[in-house]
Amino acid sequence: MSAPPTISPGSSPLSRSRFGTLLARIDRPVLAAFGCIILLLLVGSLYSSSFLSPDYLLQQLQVASFLGLIATGMMLVVLLGQIDLSVPWVVTVGGMMSTAAAGWGPLGEALAIPFGITCGAAIGLANGIGVAWLRVPSMIFTLGMNAVAQGLMVLRTGGFAPQDHATSAMHVLATGRHILSIPNALFVWAIVGAITIFLLRRTTFGRAIYAIGNRERAAYLSGLPTRRVIVLAFMASGGLSAFAGVLLAGYSTKAYQAMGDPYLLPAVAAVVLGGTSILGGRGSYLGTIAGVILITLLQSILSVMQMPEAGRQIIYGGVIIAMLLVYGRQKRQV
Amino acid sequence: MARIAGGDFRYRFAEHRGTLLAAAVFLAMFAIYGANHNAGFSTLVVTTAANKGVLLALVAMAQTLVVLTAGIDLSVGMIFVLANCLASQFVVGDALETGFGILIVLGAGLLCGALNGLIVIYGRLQPIVTTLATGAIFYGLALLLRPVPGGEINYDLADALTGDVFGVPASLLMLLGIVLVIWVPLRRSVTGRAIYAVGSAEAAAYMSGVAINRARFTAYLLSGLLAACGGLMLTFVTYSGEASAMIGGSYTLNAIAAVVIGGVSLYGGAGSAIGAIFGALVLRTIGDLLFVFDFDPLWQPLFQGVILLSAVTLGSLRLLRVRNRLDLFG
Amino acid sequence: MAFDPIFQMEGIAKSYGGVRALEEARLAISTGRIHAVLGENGAGKSTLIKIMSGVVQPDAGTMRLDGQAVRFATPKAANEAGIFCIFQELSLIPDLSVADNIDLADPPRRFGLIDRRTQRRLAEEALAKAGAEDIHPLAQVRDLPLSRRQMVEIAKALARRPRILILDEATSALTAGDVARVFAVLKRLRAEGLALLYISHRMHEIEELADDCSVFRNGRHVASYAAGSKSGNEVVELMIGREYSHVFPPKPPLPQEGPVLEVQGLGWEDRLTDISFAARPGEILGLGGLDGQGQRELLLALFGVLRGVAGVVRINGHPVSIGGPRAAKSAPLPMALIPEDRKTEGLMLPMSVADNLTMPALDNLSQFGVIDRRREAAAIREMMDLLAIKAADPAIPVGALSGGNQQKVVIAKWLMLGPRIILLNDPTRGIDVGTKQEIYQLLRRLADAGSTILFYSTDYDELIGCCDRVLVMYDGMIVRELAGDEITEHALVSSAFSLPGKAEVAHG
Repeated sequence: MSAPPTISPGSSPLSRSRFGTLLARIDRPVLAAFGCIILLLLVGSLYSSSFLSPDYLLQQLQVASFLGLIATGMMLVVLLGQIDLSVPWVVTVGGMMSTAAAGWGPLGEALAIPFGITCGAAIGLANGIGVAWLRVPSMIFTLGMNAVAQGLMVLRTGGFAPQDHATSAMHVLATGRHILSIPNALFVWAIVGAITIFLLRRTTFGRAIYAIGNRERAAYLSGLPTRRVIVLAFMASGGLSAFAGVLLAGYSTKAYQAMGDPYLLPAVAAVVLGGTSILGGRGSYLGTIAGVILITLLQSILSVMQMPEAGRQIIYGGVIIAMLLVYGRQKRQV
Repeated sequence: MARIAGGDFRYRFAEHRGTLLAAAVFLAMFAIYGANHNAGFSTLVVTTAANKGVLLALVAMAQTLVVLTAGIDLSVGMIFVLANCLASQFVVGDALETGFGILIVLGAGLLCGALNGLIVIYGRLQPIVTTLATGAIFYGLALLLRPVPGGEINYDLADALTGDVFGVPASLLMLLGIVLVIWVPLRRSVTGRAIYAVGSAEAAAYMSGVAINRARFTAYLLSGLLAACGGLMLTFVTYSGEASAMIGGSYTLNAIAAVVIGGVSLYGGAGSAIGAIFGALVLRTIGDLLFVFDFDPLWQPLFQGVILLSAVTLGSLRLLRVRNRLDLFG
Repeated sequence: MAFDPIFQMEGIAKSYGGVRALEEARLAISTGRIHAVLGENGAGKSTLIKIMSGVVQPDAGTMRLDGQAVRFATPKAANEAGIFCIFQELSLIPDLSVADNIDLADPPRRFGLIDRRTQRRLAEEALAKAGAEDIHPLAQVRDLPLSRRQMVEIAKALARRPRILILDEATSALTAGDVARVFAVLKRLRAEGLALLYISHRMHEIEELADDCSVFRNGRHVASYAAGSKSGNEVVELMIGREYSHVFPPKPPLPQEGPVLEVQGLGWEDRLTDISFAARPGEILGLGGLDGQGQRELLLALFGVLRGVAGVVRINGHPVSIGGPRAAKSAPLPMALIPEDRKTEGLMLPMSVADNLTMPALDNLSQFGVIDRRREAAAIREMMDLLAIKAADPAIPVGALSGGNQQKVVIAKWLMLGPRIILLNDPTRGIDVGTKQEIYQLLRRLADAGSTILFYSTDYDELIGCCDRVLVMYDGMIVRELAGDEITEHALVSSAFSLPGKAEVAHG
């Protein structure tokens, strides 16, 4: 029997794929995202002539790098059909623990960056165990871990901004421009991005991520190590969020309470605007890059326009909804 | 086959197990709290606790409705904040003006819910992304209305609703009223059952001729209304409005936690708003317990996280009973 | 036919994304009659009833109810016209009670709210009408076993006073006792003047029940005749449209090697009891019996998917304890399971044919987790050629292939691993005859190359045509073993039904 239109949301790509080629299927949202970027650049240049200058653009990319790291981890998790809501405080953990390590003498100074990342990965490990072994919905488990991370940090710092300072390595990594005046942070994102693309496209790990996101049951029956993959993806997400926190602490020389709060919504929005299905199994890293740049530019334009915070939020939410309505809709079910 | 009288009871108990469990945990925690509090169960202690609890309970009820449809509403906290700002602007003056102001606040909640519902149903966007984005919009509107904290409220009404009636906290009575007027009829209406059906098995519901879109829309609509009720109540407690992203975010997250602790399934189709109310009360009592046991209040976020994780981890004990590993994948 | 039809369809056509499911289909059914619709999987039966019950809309054609032209935009519209369908895929809401489910769309109301007492009474009446008084109306559907759920499904349809009742494989999940009760109910409904449309793959059920029969083939109506006017062979020929022979490859004599797979006293929950057998290399060992007698569980247990399995499994004489599919792949002899439902268990439909094909074998095609693209491409090409998978490009999503080609991908992805023990769970369900034949040939080739094949099929002809031996299961036990010429339809059917009189377990 030729498949009748199924009603379950999980199988919706079927009907789409029947008509489109693989290329069209992958590229449409990504192209749309890049189209929006160009549109934003044009709109921005109307407001300020410096908007298209290389210096301004590089500065935007530097800011985008922090979000880019977080969105990378978020994308891995979203591809699995999960979500990581522990981002805000894992970012803060990264910042606080790395600056804390910096206060422990020369050894701590040397290990500040890896230590911050490791703490984030440890939270990611807990997330992964909760999702893969305990099979708690990621939305709730990562939410709980966010509270735990917050609790630990609040206890450690007594609720105040910690006095520790970022190491010079963190500062250089986050703000320096050593090669062709390209921000070092951008190199960090580029390296992480290249590794991610390689992982997703060329390794068994990447293949397994897509497989699990599409149909975990079939992936399990195919003998894929589903639990291990889920745990690793959450660890990557935790580690990358913490890495972003390390860089943010380097950027502003200090870690502070709730420094990760402004990053959850943009990270999810960047991933989804880049064409990754929030239900998992579909999406390319190129799209996530586009989504990150798109979000960063949008925020930048709103600030260039000297839009008050209220208007910024409204436009921000409205634009995300509008763009998704244009190209991110699910196929009609039934 | 003979049907023993106990048979019905068994099934009814199974249906409400989650709610009863949450209620039992709350009662136990509250008893410990009351027993250790210097003032014991004084009216003031209970009323203060109730006022805090009712705020979260209303937002948790709002979250429950959407979760029952197998969706999630990350904008409830922002609707709550928006309603708070609106109330601090409009719920003032004489009785007529105040009444009109309340209508504005509740109407705004309905509009927010309707917007979410329309985008999810007709825009066919995922609820989580939709409400994340509309949450930003609602927050922006709140900020537009109240760039700095302030405003005022009809103080007589506020005092009446945050005080007590013959020793019973007025806010609890209001919550009870809202449950009786909104939740109980909904639970027993055709649309209410459709909400459960959609969340449990959408395809089967469609096959059975259930009005799916109406059920979804009703859930989002009432969710907005309940969140606005919470925002209104917040204004009565604080006497002012504040467009705070932190308050909105924490209420959204705590509402989800309350829903889970209250035994509502995040996969949709199972649970009750009553359970979510008790879940909210449990969460609120944690802070109070820390207080009476002289814990530093800094411990509160950690405890909330640990309680939430323990609650959901206990739920996964059922995995031990799974004999066919394919059942793990739902 | 001599009876005035209550419902008629003419010239119905329907295609899904370019694939024709129905063409010029017609059907006429009358009150007080049971009308059986026969046809192979893919003949268009499911589409036909989906159109009748408003789930999908036809591209062309007319439907008449009481002589009036009708169109059903939704299942609700069909229900309002008195047409109710009991679907294969259950239409029950697992989280609601039985009573809630029975009158889900239109419950009794008082003051606008659901009247639970009346609802309960109606539910009890409906359950009684369906012969399922043992089900408690307050039980949650989630907690009921499959056969009970199916009875609730039937009660649900009856509660709504249908004029036309469609049963689509409604008995496939039922226990033998339930089937008998459902048949009694259906005969009573017929006497009460309902028009019944009955779809089943079980010929004996149709023989027992049907007054009229219609045969469909490749989406077209082929013939309608009064029940009993054609022999079984003639009917089968109508369905497949050619001589029913030479479909299966010849069975070579069995090699006399020792067994590679030995199972002793295997048990699991109350679904499998004391299963013991041994299979040799080169052997195709069939699993027979009525659907749902533990065959699937047996395969899952061998593949390590079930927890708490009792008994001993030996591979090549070594006792093994396999903890899951991943372990099964690397057992002393690699094992493969072709699962029951290719759409949810076998494939990731939106992913490409290539990605699906290499999924289980990725570890072999990679070094340190990095996929060797050249070897991957070669392996994909080899498998696509070996199974003659018809896909324009291995990069297209596997969901875009026909059912038969999808199933080939499921089989191929496991063959890439070179399995020596192959477990097949009803692999030919819902695929076309041509592909079926290719699969039979393939199985025999694999067996000849020394693989051991455990083959569960709901189609008796396949067991007869393909298997060297057949184990017939009933209620979780092996009740009979048939070998060689003993494997006949008669023997299969009789051993599937004539049972060591174990009393039926009453649930609820």
